[in-house]
Amino acid sequence: MNPGPHFLTLLALAGPGPNPLDDLRQMLALHFMVNAFRAGTVVAVLAAAVGWFMVLRRQSFAGHTLAVVSFPGAAAAVWLGVSVTAGYFAGCIAAALVIALVPRSTSGRPRSQESAVIGTVQAFALASGALFVSLYGGFLDSITGLLFGSFLGVSDGQVLTLALVALVVLVLLAVLARPLLFASMDGAVAAASGVPVRALSVVFLLMLGCTAAEVSQITGALLVFALLVMPAAAAQQLTARPVLGMGLAVIFGLAVAWISLAVAFYSPWPVGFFVSTFGFALYVAASALRGLVTRYGPSKRAHGRVAAHSDIPGAGLVGA
Amino acid sequence: MPDPATPSPAIQLTDATVRLGGRDVWSHVDLSIEPGTFMAVLGPNGSGKSTLIKAVLGVVPLAGGRVDVFGRPAGDGGGDIGYLPQRRSFDPGMRVRGIDVVRMGIDGHRWGLPLPWGAARRTRDARVDEVIDLVGAAAYAHRPIGEVSGGEQQRLLIAQALVRAPRLLLLDEPLDSLDLPNQGAVAGLIADISATLGITVLIVAHDVNPIASALDGVVYVAQGRVVSGTPDDVITTETLTALYGTPIEVLTTSDGRRVVVGQPDASSHHAGPHGHGHSDAHDHSGHP
Repeated sequence: MNPGPHFLTLLALAGPGPNPLDDLRQMLALHFMVNAFRAGTVVAVLAAAVGWFMVLRRQSFAGHTLAVVSFPGAAAAVWLGVSVTAGYFAGCIAAALVIALVPRSTSGRPRSQESAVIGTVQAFALASGALFVSLYGGFLDSITGLLFGSFLGVSDGQVLTLALVALVVLVLLAVLARPLLFASMDGAVAAASGVPVRALSVVFLLMLGCTAAEVSQITGALLVFALLVMPAAAAQQLTARPVLGMGLAVIFGLAVAWISLAVAFYSPWPVGFFVSTFGFALYVAASALRGLVTRYGPSKRAHGRVAAHSDIPGAGLVGA
Repeated sequence: MPDPATPSPAIQLTDATVRLGGRDVWSHVDLSIEPGTFMAVLGPNGSGKSTLIKAVLGVVPLAGGRVDVFGRPAGDGGGDIGYLPQRRSFDPGMRVRGIDVVRMGIDGHRWGLPLPWGAARRTRDARVDEVIDLVGAAAYAHRPIGEVSGGEQQRLLIAQALVRAPRLLLLDEPLDSLDLPNQGAVAGLIADISATLGITVLIVAHDVNPIASALDGVVYVAQGRVVSGTPDDVITTETLTALYGTPIEVLTTSDGRRVVVGQPDASSHHAGPHGHGHSDAHDHSGHP
């Protein structure tokens, strides 16, 4: 069921044929590739939706740390001989709870204390992961997979688990969407309107933990950003409308995941590399597009660069 | 208990005490504010002005006494109060439109997703457009809020506070960090809203001049006490000098307006016994 690297290398050497449809058919005839696409789809949709809120809340550092924590979680599971999927979730949810203990200011902006705690958690997590790998016996075959991603051997059961957890998180996100947006933008006013800002912050971190655990299983612990941040950040570059932005993020995430899986199938390189590269390209393209619209858009065309520069508030005020 | 035959005051504090970090911010406060009045809250930095606003909102616990808003305990009347917290600005990277921020004032606290169609949706959108027109923000309401100026953000936030047609507007230093023309314009807007819509307005002000002519009364917070009076009583050279503990002069212009000169300065009085350690302590623009 789990084809070895040699099998893939052979396929990669064969390369894509002249007819893309044949290639697609060939790829999807393999059960492990169908599962990879199923898992990739689930993970891309979840990561884009949760990531949109994460980028808005300026919690990308927390998201990255939760993803990194999936590495010791999974490594400990391998060492103890229990389900690796359970290890991913246990690690991420535990770390989410630790980060949630740090008070968040009611204005919605993270305090400096928060990033210090998160950084500490991250360093400890990576060190623990290295310890668990060492305890396992010095050589853990799948360590590259844990860190940089692998789409081989996603079982039917794992796809089902990913789908169920994603469904629960997405339904919860839909229920919480408006108060969460309110609390993320404007904590003080949201609290005055009866929104439980603090509780929402904890629940969101737990949802982010579940998402990081899911995405890690495809992109690897270190490259979760590719699906969690890049599609959402690219979408926010292009539109300031919440619903449209989240929709765009999902489309971007799906495109990145699908194209990466297809390319990785014909390549000996890890899937995480392709996901990150395509995600990065997407973000750069979106930023460039926004920069062009801002600079050469209809309102500023006549003024050009000098006028745009003098628009900077406080320009010319020394020491302001 | 308020007499049911007479309309209850907009805000009523009865022997109220707030304690933060083991210290009484103010204690045994009795205060009554009539509906439809435009009141300024004055006082030195750190004296508990923002805490007073938060007590009326019901978001800080009372150590004693009670706070009632329109005859109900503070915190019960969500839709009756519009609130503008102190010194908010959205950073330039905030990619959400002004109109979305205003809309949050209507239904941002509701769980679940709204139906994207139907009469309720049209009513909501019409109301959002109405308040955006009222504050004169239509020209930039569709731009990301991080990209508009401080004065424009403040107008959008006032629209957000007004969107549920509140009976009471609590504004915490809405003029702070605005330049002079914008201070005048936003102060005028608030005074107009109070007069035309009959809303009770409680405005924390660092500089009383932009709003002095529209005031019905002054609440002043100092040295653990909260007292109210008419502008004629409070905005005088003697009272303000005693209140802030620094020389302040009140002049009267030829058209009868009062002008306060020698505004309480942050650096000269900030380190008083009440100056540090809670939410009302803040710095001031213009002081590097």
